Amino acid sequence: MDLLNALVAFLNFVVIPAASYGAQLAVGALGVTLIFGILRFSNFAWGDTMAFGTMVVILFTWLFQSLGISIAPLPTALLALPFSIVITSALLLGTDRVVYRFYRKQKAKPIILVIVSAGVMFVMNGLVRIVIGTEEQNFADGGRFLISAGDFKAWTGLAEGLAIKGTTAVTMVTALLTMSALFWFLQKTRTGKSMRAFSDNEDLALLSGINPDRVVQVTWVIAAALAVIAGTLYGLDKSFRPFIYFSLLLPIFASAVVGGLGSPMGAVAGGFVVAFSEIVVTYAWKKVITYIVPQTWAPDSLMQLLSTDYKFAVSFSILIIVLLFMPNGLFNKGK
Amino acid sequence: MPDPFLIGEAMTGGYGATDILHDCTIAVEKGQIAVIVGPNGAGKSTAMKAVFGMLNLRGGRVRLNGEDITKLSPQDRVARGMAFVPQTHNIFTSMTVEENLEMGAFLRRDDIKPALEQVYHLFPILKTKRTQPAGELSGGQRQQVAVGRALMTQPQVLMLDEPTAGVSPIVMDELFDRIIEVARSGISILMVEQNARQALNIADKGYVLVQGANRYTDTGANLLADPDVRRSFLGG
Amino acid sequence: MNTRAIYLFAGVGMLYVLTGLLLSWNVSLNILILGLLSAIMALGVNMQWGYAGLFSTGIVGSIALGGLAVVFISGNPVPQAFAAGGWQVIFGLAVAVAGIAAAVAAWTYMAPGRLRNLAVAAILIGGFFLYRAIFDPAVERIEAFDPATYGNVGGFGLNSIWAWPVGGLFAAVAAWAIGKIALGLREDYLAIATLGIAEIVITAIKSEDWMSRGVKNLVGLPRPWPVPYEVDMQADPGFLAFCANWGLNPTTTSTLAVKGIYIVMFAIVLGVLIWLLQRALNSPWGRMMRAIRDNEVSAAAMGKDVKRQHLIIFILGAAVVGMSGAMYVSMLGQLVPGEYTPLRFTFLIWIMVIVGGSGNNWGSVLGGLLVGWLWLIVDNAGPLVMSAATAGMADGALKSHLVDVAPQLRLLTLGVALLLVLRFSPRGLLPEK
Ligand SMILES: Nc1ncnc2c1ncn2[C@@H]1O[C@H](COP(=O)(O)OP(=O)(O)OP(=O)(O)O)[C@@H](O)[C@H]1O
Ligand SMILES: [Mg+2]
Repeated sequence: MDLLNALVAFLNFVVIPAASYGAQLAVGALGVTLIFGILRFSNFAWGDTMAFGTMVVILFTWLFQSLGISIAPLPTALLALPFSIVITSALLLGTDRVVYRFYRKQKAKPIILVIVSAGVMFVMNGLVRIVIGTEEQNFADGGRFLISAGDFKAWTGLAEGLAIKGTTAVTMVTALLTMSALFWFLQKTRTGKSMRAFSDNEDLALLSGINPDRVVQVTWVIAAALAVIAGTLYGLDKSFRPFIYFSLLLPIFASAVVGGLGSPMGAVAGGFVVAFSEIVVTYAWKKVITYIVPQTWAPDSLMQLLSTDYKFAVSFSILIIVLLFMPNGLFNKGK
Repeated sequence: MPDPFLIGEAMTGGYGATDILHDCTIAVEKGQIAVIVGPNGAGKSTAMKAVFGMLNLRGGRVRLNGEDITKLSPQDRVARGMAFVPQTHNIFTSMTVEENLEMGAFLRRDDIKPALEQVYHLFPILKTKRTQPAGELSGGQRQQVAVGRALMTQPQVLMLDEPTAGVSPIVMDELFDRIIEVARSGISILMVEQNARQALNIADKGYVLVQGANRYTDTGANLLADPDVRRSFLGG
Repeated sequence: MNTRAIYLFAGVGMLYVLTGLLLSWNVSLNILILGLLSAIMALGVNMQWGYAGLFSTGIVGSIALGGLAVVFISGNPVPQAFAAGGWQVIFGLAVAVAGIAAAVAAWTYMAPGRLRNLAVAAILIGGFFLYRAIFDPAVERIEAFDPATYGNVGGFGLNSIWAWPVGGLFAAVAAWAIGKIALGLREDYLAIATLGIAEIVITAIKSEDWMSRGVKNLVGLPRPWPVPYEVDMQADPGFLAFCANWGLNPTTTSTLAVKGIYIVMFAIVLGVLIWLLQRALNSPWGRMMRAIRDNEVSAAAMGKDVKRQHLIIFILGAAVVGMSGAMYVSMLGQLVPGEYTPLRFTFLIWIMVIVGGSGNNWGSVLGGLLVGWLWLIVDNAGPLVMSAATAGMADGALKSHLVDVAPQLRLLTLGVALLLVLRFSPRGLLPEK
């Protein structure tokens, strides 16, 4: 019984939150890795792109709510996704046209593009704060719980509850659909294959008649969709605050690097590696351990390796270890 | 005399300020094989890139089938029926053999199955390795993928930069046979070769480049017979 | 300096004069103080970027570490708290450092293989638990002492001018560690890694209450020598007599005088730095640095130890930035961890360097004074301007929203300014010769 309780607590406080956070990171990291693969720079404006996309989703959510449109029990934000993807795509394509394209034609060094993306970050950050302000916004509506802890306890008679929030379920399903669609696109469609070809060997792609401008445009549109989806899932699950999205940059970069920058599969795996490490290291294990060990051994302390404040230290350590010892990522056996 | 099918005429230019090519001319007739030989660093690859529009020429022109294409981008030249296999980085290493071939046919909107079958017929080994990432193949197999990718557009001119580099002698003969086969089907071939003797053997026309300029130009057989060429470039 | 530079500096000077005339001299001098500090920070960043081509996004970490130095050097001693666990905390940290050193030594000297991996992992994990076992109880005891007022281990209570070099030292040590790890990496990986390390430094300053009381803020840090306090001046008969003599208001005069002293002090530091940097730039060492920046490969081929030179310049640049961070906190008299955001203290400094002119020391100074002014004037004049602009509008949600977000406009403006400079004048306002 106690073992079962320990397992339920472990699922409830570690596995489910990590899976949901990991899915959000994975979708975000896919965007970073795609931009790196095709446009060949690390996009520092990525967090703010996510913030922008989420902001548009929130605005449309408010609009739909005021019109009484709802898809309950699903959150209204899902309905707003396509609208935000269109607007965010337009923003990214516009940015590419007036900003990045110039440097691409010049074949500027990647670091210059990184600095340029920091300028874009400022602009987007300002835009978001001007439109929606700096306050926290909570825009999750729809069903709160798929399974509530109380119900679970009542059904099973266990002391520990297992709760699955509505947003967790939405995150998992949406992320899964997004990733499947992206992989299908990259593996099976002509355009998707041409993007992989371009990422693999740009010169040869040109020699094969692949149009670089089109590849770049498609990349930005997909990136916009990924930014909107990742940002919205995160915002639904936690809440929306512009500056939080900037700090997501670190775990997202870590996820992309862990899997090998430029590799979509790696980004997904990396998202889950980072999320699970973060939560395993910052979770207070006292409860789970108390269930497992004999009463007299029960720990007094929280059994927490690092306080949750330091969760970014975990992504950072993973990032550094991978960069130093496996520069091509965990899953690439070197090129 | 009528224009050759493809000609880069009096080309002068380079990668930066200094010129690599000096008034260099190379050409190939319809359905024939033209071979460029010369010492390392002579500018053979540069001349090929110039013909394919990957270099800014300061002088000279490129004509295809009588039409001036000097200003066209490489992609446009692909659309006009030219195909190029570069000396290095000539396959998509992370993609499967079949995907490599599909990318070769990127510009084609019609059914590519027949072209695919033709390439597999020409290089049967590729068919067995269809679903393997091209980066995991041997050097000779990679060259076959590279040539196959270029053939997928069903070009009128195939330009090959050292297709036999790093390939064992047996495979090399095999590859030459295939190239002759391709030429027989009416495709013009413009090729750079390190193995000058064998290459000139199958060449209708040969060019010896030295320091970015034409040194000798003649039929393959005549060049092989020329004592000067033999002494300086064919090792006696 | 050429005529272009003189005109530009005169133009920026005009901005400060106009601010003084139209708004108030107090505001103008305030901005100038921060502008000078920004200029010093920009100089440090320019050493890393302009001289060596290193793009670090961890500037805010160096600045915060410099601020932390002030807390340790000049914070009031809290003997009870220190007695409760001070030595033990130090011992715990020493154990942590020793553990890392042992792990590095094992990695370096053991033969590659499974045994080495196991040994390094064992040292790190064992060391971590040992460190926590020593460190945690001591921290608990320190933070338990009078948490409403203290809860921190206390400082040396020295004059805060001593904290300036120590702040530089703190940042230098941190830069040495991160440089050892990250400088060999590709340039955009360096950017990501430094972003991470800065985030961790800020987290530590926010949550390690025993150091600086964390987000409860540590106030009451003393001013650096020789800056007086306004109240003391106003109580000084000599000063009062001087004011009476010249018909000055003692209150305003004392505030302006204090600001003036800060300006002179910071300007001296800036001047000395510029002098040193210009000399270094024109020395054989400076020429070598530029050779390395412009062509790493051929410099390496010429036998220059590129990585080592990069590490040196990375540390020196961080030290300058750290010192300015200490100057900042010693002037404010308090450490407010919430202030340290990457936008304000990393990317804004970058904008100063690039707008001013990468690789040119005078450019960094100009960028610091100009961009610093732009940034701060919005705090002071932005709401005024926005209220004026929206005066005709009916009161309501939109109007109050517009007034609220006025300060955010500067993010947009500066982002656009950076993009414009990068695009149309990538060498900045004062290009490197
Ligand atoms: N991308 C480039 N940028 C600048 N210079 C180049 C470039 N590629 C080649 N060169 C220079 O152009 C000259 C000719 O090079 P090219 O590659 O055309 O020679 P090659 O005849 O093909 O030699 P090889 O037999 O070794 O392939 C060389 O001096 C080389 O250094
Ligand atoms: Mg060559």
